[in-house]
Amino acid sequence: MPQTLNYLRETASQTAGPYVHIGLAPGAAGFDIYRQELGHDIAGPNAKGERIRVEGLVIDGTGSPVKDVLLEVWQANAEGIYAHPEGGGDVEEGFRGWGRVITDFETGEWGFDTVKPGPVVPRAKMTSGVRQAVRESHPDWMGRADEAHAPMAPHLNFWIVARGINIGLNTRMYFEDEAEDNAKDPVINLIEWERRRATLIARRSLRDGIPVYRFDIRLQGEDETVFFDI
Amino acid sequence: MKPAEYYQRDRRLHPPALTPDYKTSVARSPRYSLISLQQSVSEVTGPVFGHNDIDPIDNDLIKNYATAGDPIGERIIVHGRVLDEDGRPVPGTLVEVWQANAGGRYRHKKDTYLAPIDPNFGGCGRTITDEHGYYYFRTVKPGAYPWRNWVNSWRPAHIHVSVFGRAFSQRLITQLYFEGDPLIPHCPIVQTIPDPAAIEQLIAKLDLNATVPLDSVAYRFDIVLRGRRSTLFENRLEGN
Repeated sequence: MPQTLNYLRETASQTAGPYVHIGLAPGAAGFDIYRQELGHDIAGPNAKGERIRVEGLVIDGTGSPVKDVLLEVWQANAEGIYAHPEGGGDVEEGFRGWGRVITDFETGEWGFDTVKPGPVVPRAKMTSGVRQAVRESHPDWMGRADEAHAPMAPHLNFWIVARGINIGLNTRMYFEDEAEDNAKDPVINLIEWERRRATLIARRSLRDGIPVYRFDIRLQGEDETVFFDI
Repeated sequence: MKPAEYYQRDRRLHPPALTPDYKTSVARSPRYSLISLQQSVSEVTGPVFGHNDIDPIDNDLIKNYATAGDPIGERIIVHGRVLDEDGRPVPGTLVEVWQANAGGRYRHKKDTYLAPIDPNFGGCGRTITDEHGYYYFRTVKPGAYPWRNWVNSWRPAHIHVSVFGRAFSQRLITQLYFEGDPLIPHCPIVQTIPDPAAIEQLIAKLDLNATVPLDSVAYRFDIVLRGRRSTLFENRLEGN
């Protein structure tokens, strides 16, 4: 017998179930228990950059809105820095970059306010061809990114749980008005089917002068959203 | 050594998206394969929580909603550690729980089960692990309850558990079950997990040493999040 490795095994996922609100958004379940619920203020009052709203539906395989879904969002600030010790630097006081949102129980619509993130320098290595392209198009990024890192287009990271979802679904939202950066984004370009890439691009409009991005997530069926194993 | 990516998730121990015996999964499960990402800074970072975010009473479900006495039910302590796959503790991470009351009824506007609401029981709690990854809650043991999957489907007694870890790629929601519950093998949600050992790992064990004599029985439940690789050598850059 060879030696044993003795790794532990990850705890298995189970669905968040229909009553996820009790634990993670008790106000929505119908009662007031905590001094403060978490995840309501993503950017805080001091965040720089463009204030935006993000809205959408999560739609099931029958075409119906999923009304008991809970979404979490994780994002960088306008300079592309995450509020984390490995996030690339310091962020504004009060910027958390994390939010938690549930839907309107009648319509399934969800939405939150935040700031638009900046391009993010990943850890993944890039090829010389991509590096050359980035050097030409974004000379300012190359100063921050050492030459082994290609920037990612501005994006929001989503994690989606609900009754009937056995393990949380990860996806990303990109911005329609960042077409040039999106075209070079290493994650978007990893998606072999160009037609499916469009499922990650939120549509921009203006409402009362505030940019609103529409991001509908389709769990199944025509134009199923791209989900990632991260 | 520098920390690098988190270990690839072993999807064979997790439930797949489509599990027809759990009917709700059928219309809510993606049909295409997940696209595997090499982790970037977006995946190896995640939200950080501190003691300013919560209150000390938040982990005491016997007291955190009660106004006129304690909730009805079997008083229990649930405790354990949050570890990674290398067996290292995960300190300072947020653990959130929610559950039905002792009669199997949730305090939720969508729950219409005939068992009564307990006026002194909210059903949720949260805490932050200490420097050893240790956490604990006090609560009442939740009751089993019926649900509409098949006409005669029952959920075993369970507590929902949400954990963050240090990275968005470690994010996990699961359910804790109780040792000896005869409903466990009959539950279509438990049985979405294809790996019997992974199911066993969701069953909290009676921990007599941690009981409070003449007061509360205790169950131990350790939670394992993904481990993390270290960079041992600087690798050759692609394309050079």
